[in-house]
Amino acid sequence: MPTRRTGRPRTPPRWPRLDGGLALAAVLLLAACEGRQSALDPGAANARDILVTTWVLFVGGTVIFVGVMALAVWAVVASPERFPGARSWVIGGGIVFPVVTLTVLQVHEFGLARRLVTLAADPALTVEVTGHMWWWDVRYREPGGGPLRSANEIVIPAGRPVEFRVDSADVIHSFWMPSLAGKIDMIPGRVNRLSIVAERPGVYRGQCAEYCGAQHALMAFDVIVMEPERFDAWLADQRRPAPDPAEPELARGRDAFFAFGCQSCHAVRGTPAVSRIGPDLTHVGGRLSIGAGSFATNVGSLAGWIASAQHLKPENRMPSFDVMDGETLRAMAAWLESLK
Amino acid sequence: MTPPDQHAAPSIGPLPSPLPSPLPRPPEELRALRRVWRMPKGIAVLTEVNNNLIGCLYIGTALLFFVISGLLALAMRAQLALPENDLLDHGTYNQFFTVHGTGMMFLFAVPIVEAIGVYLIPAMLAARDLPFPRLSAFAFWAYFFGGTFFFCSLIFDAAPDGGWFMYPPLTSFEFSPGINADFWLLGIGFIEISAIAGAIEIIVGILRTRPPGMTLDKLPIFCWSMLVMAGMIVFAFPAVIVATLLLELERVFQWPFFIAELGGDALLWQHLFWFFGHPEVYIIFLPAAGLVSMMVPTLAQRPLIGHNLVVLALVGTGFFSFGLWVHHMFTTGIPQLSLSFFSAASMAVAVPSGIQVFAWIATLGKGRVRWIVPTWFMMGFLFIFVLGGLTGVMVAVVPFDWQVHDSYFIVAHLHYVLIGGMVFPLFATLYYWWPTLNGTMLSERLGRWAFWLMFGGFNIAFFPMHIAGLLGMPRRVYTYPGDLGWNALNMVSTVGAFILAAGVAIVLLDMARNALGRGRPTGDNPWNAGTLDWIPNDNYATRSIPRVTSLYPLWDQPGLSRQVQEGGHYLPGAPTGRRETIITSPIEAKPQYLMPMPGPHWGHVLAGLFTALHFMCLTVQWYWLSLVPAVLAIAMVMWWLWGLDLGEDAPPQDIGGGQRVPVYVQGASNHSWWGMVVLLLVDGTAFTCIVFAYLFLWTVSPDVWPADSGALPGLEWYAGGVALWVAAALALRWASGSLRRNRRAGLLAGLAATLLLMVGGIVTDAWAQIDSGLVGAASAYGAITYMLVAWQGFHVAVMLLMIGYTLARTVCGLVHAERRVTFDNIALMGWYTAAQGVLALSVVHLFPRFLA
Repeated sequence: MPTRRTGRPRTPPRWPRLDGGLALAAVLLLAACEGRQSALDPGAANARDILVTTWVLFVGGTVIFVGVMALAVWAVVASPERFPGARSWVIGGGIVFPVVTLTVLQVHEFGLARRLVTLAADPALTVEVTGHMWWWDVRYREPGGGPLRSANEIVIPAGRPVEFRVDSADVIHSFWMPSLAGKIDMIPGRVNRLSIVAERPGVYRGQCAEYCGAQHALMAFDVIVMEPERFDAWLADQRRPAPDPAEPELARGRDAFFAFGCQSCHAVRGTPAVSRIGPDLTHVGGRLSIGAGSFATNVGSLAGWIASAQHLKPENRMPSFDVMDGETLRAMAAWLESLK
Repeated sequence: MTPPDQHAAPSIGPLPSPLPSPLPRPPEELRALRRVWRMPKGIAVLTEVNNNLIGCLYIGTALLFFVISGLLALAMRAQLALPENDLLDHGTYNQFFTVHGTGMMFLFAVPIVEAIGVYLIPAMLAARDLPFPRLSAFAFWAYFFGGTFFFCSLIFDAAPDGGWFMYPPLTSFEFSPGINADFWLLGIGFIEISAIAGAIEIIVGILRTRPPGMTLDKLPIFCWSMLVMAGMIVFAFPAVIVATLLLELERVFQWPFFIAELGGDALLWQHLFWFFGHPEVYIIFLPAAGLVSMMVPTLAQRPLIGHNLVVLALVGTGFFSFGLWVHHMFTTGIPQLSLSFFSAASMAVAVPSGIQVFAWIATLGKGRVRWIVPTWFMMGFLFIFVLGGLTGVMVAVVPFDWQVHDSYFIVAHLHYVLIGGMVFPLFATLYYWWPTLNGTMLSERLGRWAFWLMFGGFNIAFFPMHIAGLLGMPRRVYTYPGDLGWNALNMVSTVGAFILAAGVAIVLLDMARNALGRGRPTGDNPWNAGTLDWIPNDNYATRSIPRVTSLYPLWDQPGLSRQVQEGGHYLPGAPTGRRETIITSPIEAKPQYLMPMPGPHWGHVLAGLFTALHFMCLTVQWYWLSLVPAVLAIAMVMWWLWGLDLGEDAPPQDIGGGQRVPVYVQGASNHSWWGMVVLLLVDGTAFTCIVFAYLFLWTVSPDVWPADSGALPGLEWYAGGVALWVAAALALRWASGSLRRNRRAGLLAGLAATLLLMVGGIVTDAWAQIDSGLVGAASAYGAITYMLVAWQGFHVAVMLLMIGYTLARTVCGLVHAERRVTFDNIALMGWYTAAQGVLALSVVHLFPRFLA
């Protein structure tokens, strides 16, 4: 039975890479946190560019805030004779200052937004992601290659432009990987695009950001950024169908999978299971987590999930198969875990 | 504008002209006034319509809903204090955050600002009451019963759970088959009714019941803010009315407005909802800003600096706020160029807020500030609101918003602007205006405790959420993993929330203590304020209605308060022996006529109850049974109206100052004509929203529109329909002409003909579509086409009631050439209905032809 509702084993903390004097402030702010789902700890050009703007806004906002508050305190403390000006504050502070600052900000913003939307004009890889209540269907498309289906985990190469095309199979979801980029909504009947260039290899976490019903809180996924060469190897490996079970226990697990009708929702390439209702399980054992980023993948968590999915993530579309004997359950979990 | 005269020294300047009513007044005058305005005793007190009582009940109810919604928030914070906590399960948590948001936005924030308006506006205008007191009372009762039903859904585990902005498809029949979502639509239905009623009341009240001499440039800022707010309601609420109608029709009849496979679009909801939802934020904030602009001059003991600029800022905010709804939709994939436009508009709205902030600061700077509880709350407001405003500019930066949208950063931002912008001024208001309620003060000591707990607790609760959001925490999650760096921040937020709640509890305690008679008695004008709301008043409002020559009359017109109390100004008595107030001209505030006011009645109370029961039955899907309370509600409304529109039943009356005014006018200067015009603005905006929905759905899915005109009803249907609507308008015109010449038969025949032609028109419109084989549930095209027909059908139903009522009055001899206000009002609706009929038909028949 899984106990931790977290992605995977801890990774050593990464220190934020920031320029100049801002680094100190960032370190203080982040002293206690890991950055795999943090807009303050960017691993891609998108999040990094936005973070620079974030700091500009924070520093500027703080200066303005402190200035206005100081003036307000002075206004109530000082005698009327010692408080300079009157209507000129309203015109200077209320009209001239915001118009000038906001115009500058608007120009800056326009440039940044344009740069971000055109980041991957010629993508090396397209990843289609469809939001479901409450998991993610993922398809990889390379120029010239056929589609490759996976679920609940996204692997992308560092340094290459990647385009995400996102949509939804049911309600509105939102696709958000804070360490890599801003979010984009997944809306039924529409395909939205998000271009990113990841920079720093590592493991990140994404999560649904638009409330989508009962288990919105447990709709997450892992994002792995790999060196480009490793990525190519990984992708080639993923195209491999599931191997035949090497041991009798695994074979028994596979038979149980079909005996209990799991193929009516799931697909495992290389077997007769081809349904697309639930996540593709061809390489489920190789993924970091199950249940849409909810539990670290291992035999125990897989068995727990099969037996009591409704307890672990109530109202999700998978029933609890609690009628299986322990041995069969372990065998099925072992087989799934072997699908690396 | 002259500075206040604090020492009450005799003023140097022109000698005061003689008072409008010579002093002393005969004693029977005051006795008559008291008798006429006496509050009913016993259970009949429920029938009272006076704004003092209704305003207090309204404010009290809103505070009750505030407390309930706040307790839900505490439960949510307790759940989030620890990662993977299981205090609340997912279903309960999802219901709690939905009810918390809906309750706070729709059943607390909007109602309470309207309630404060109902309580304070007549006092600031020294009017005897607002012009439609029974409408206000009806709005209150409908809100009271409806809000209570809404919160009761929590007890039955049937509360809405789709979030307060209820995005479909999640909230439509497929993914929310239960009645939970219907309860949300119920709650929102009431706020729609009470908001529109309130807007009509406030607009007509401010424009037509000002005291003589109070030209628009002497209008107190709070009234300006309420006028702008009411104007925003008129143009913003129709969008949400239409949106909720579409969603309910989709839920009940499966008309696919929001279903992508059938040509609908989930974004249609978002456009309509936020076209309302963004102005909504300013509908809440502007009145609070207006209250601050009233309190600051008193606390600083000097006039507001930049008064005209502040008024301009209020109007500007109202205007801009309609241009930035898309900033709630920056992540929906709308093209970058459009986003930039809305981003610029979102930033521009910071300018009017900046003007107000600096006007307050400059006024405080140029005055000697008095440190009382309202001052503390005001300083807290400045701190929180400026911070919230700055994060508001941040989220207007599109790429930054891509990161923080729907994260805890937004949760922090919206609470900073709403609690900072509205709740802190509200608590300042409670302490500041409390003496006008019962002549006593709330406790200074408890008030300061409350302030520091609320201010500290608020910042401890909400500031960390900014960081949690940037660390990737999405909003509306009932649980979270423990290894993402969010634990400490959430624990701190929870602690802060409970401290904030303790502060609110102290205020409630203080109010209870005061109600038990422990308040310190105070003078008439304890803060030495300059506006009319500080003249002592009674159920009849002020003894006489002052002649106003300044923005701060109590500062600039020495002795005014005493003159008014002694009856030295206008209307010192009740000359016709009933409740009445002076109606003045909209700009110059010159007395025009003496309006008889509706008094206590059971009709509007029962109408409110039955309206709530009707919606209640609809919510639990007892469709047939719902007809009973619907019929009863309509009957009650007619009963309440029947005794109004009295005609010229008394000669012109002397109201003082040598002015003799009639007690009845008809045509465009009648106050109810103005009310009707405001209602039609609401109506026309709603129709525009439906046409927008039609065009929007077409741009999204042109493929579900008919490819060739063969599938459409023939043009003869169009011609026939238009002819019927035009004929209906002509019949109404004929009825009007007959009325002018006092030909009763012509009037009756004209009205009956109007009615028949309109029924014929709607039957023709509907049959044309049914006959062509169009099915509403088949495509978004069918759905929106039938929606246009249904909207027109609803108007015909309303005309049926209105004309039926007018026919009955005519038969009873209550309508004639000199008593035609009822007719004029229903005629306005009639002409509007006919015009809308022609437009709707043109869209339905010509637009698809134009495409094909």
